[in-house]
Amino acid sequence: MVRVEFLGPIQKEALELEITNLNELAAILQKDEEVKEWLANCAVAVNDNLVTSLECELKSGDKISLLPPVCGG
Amino acid sequence: MLSLYEGALDVPKILKEWYEAEATSNYGAYIPFVGTVRSEDGIEGLSFDIYEPILESWFASWQEKAKEKGAVIKMAHSRGDVMLHESSYIAAVFSPKRRVALEFIDEFVEDFKASAPIWKYDLKNGDRIYAKDRSTAIRGSGILGEKQ
Repeated sequence: MVRVEFLGPIQKEALELEITNLNELAAILQKDEEVKEWLANCAVAVNDNLVTSLECELKSGDKISLLPPVCGG
Repeated sequence: MLSLYEGALDVPKILKEWYEAEATSNYGAYIPFVGTVRSEDGIEGLSFDIYEPILESWFASWQEKAKEKGAVIKMAHSRGDVMLHESSYIAAVFSPKRRVALEFIDEFVEDFKASAPIWKYDLKNGDRIYAKDRSTAIRGSGILGEKQ
């Protein structure tokens, strides 16, 4: 089971999903009405490390975070 | 050194603590940047969410870069609400000579704006509204979106 967390202004509870890679996550979230509008501008972290490609294998216990556009200061 | 606080920063206290901590470290330059909430567009204040694990690793990579130049970076940021004319952000660089600190504070604050996992909201008429138009997508964003 992989946990998917939505950070900052994305108002959505975390998901627990049986997936093995980020391509599967992309397919699931692209069908999710609450989240799909955010996807084009969200960064993705696996276990708190930012990733820049979908070529990333996942294992049970991994944590994925979606980070929408930022503005500190 | 990265410090996070609930609500507004006590700017004189933090600047004094940092100054005193490095007073005998033989740095020739101490260049702080203080970010203060301005009155504009009818806001009552700003509010912030922070994702700490990635903020810490982002900050650690900058501290390494600073170390290579013999410098040190300190940063303080607020969580939650910060009202008009209060401050939510302080960054400072200490370095042996001024040029390194002047250049570093500029690069650091620019990358902070583009990369640090902090989300800003306007406080207006009792609502907390995501500052979407002023926000920047982190480099590498969009991989989960539909292919163009």
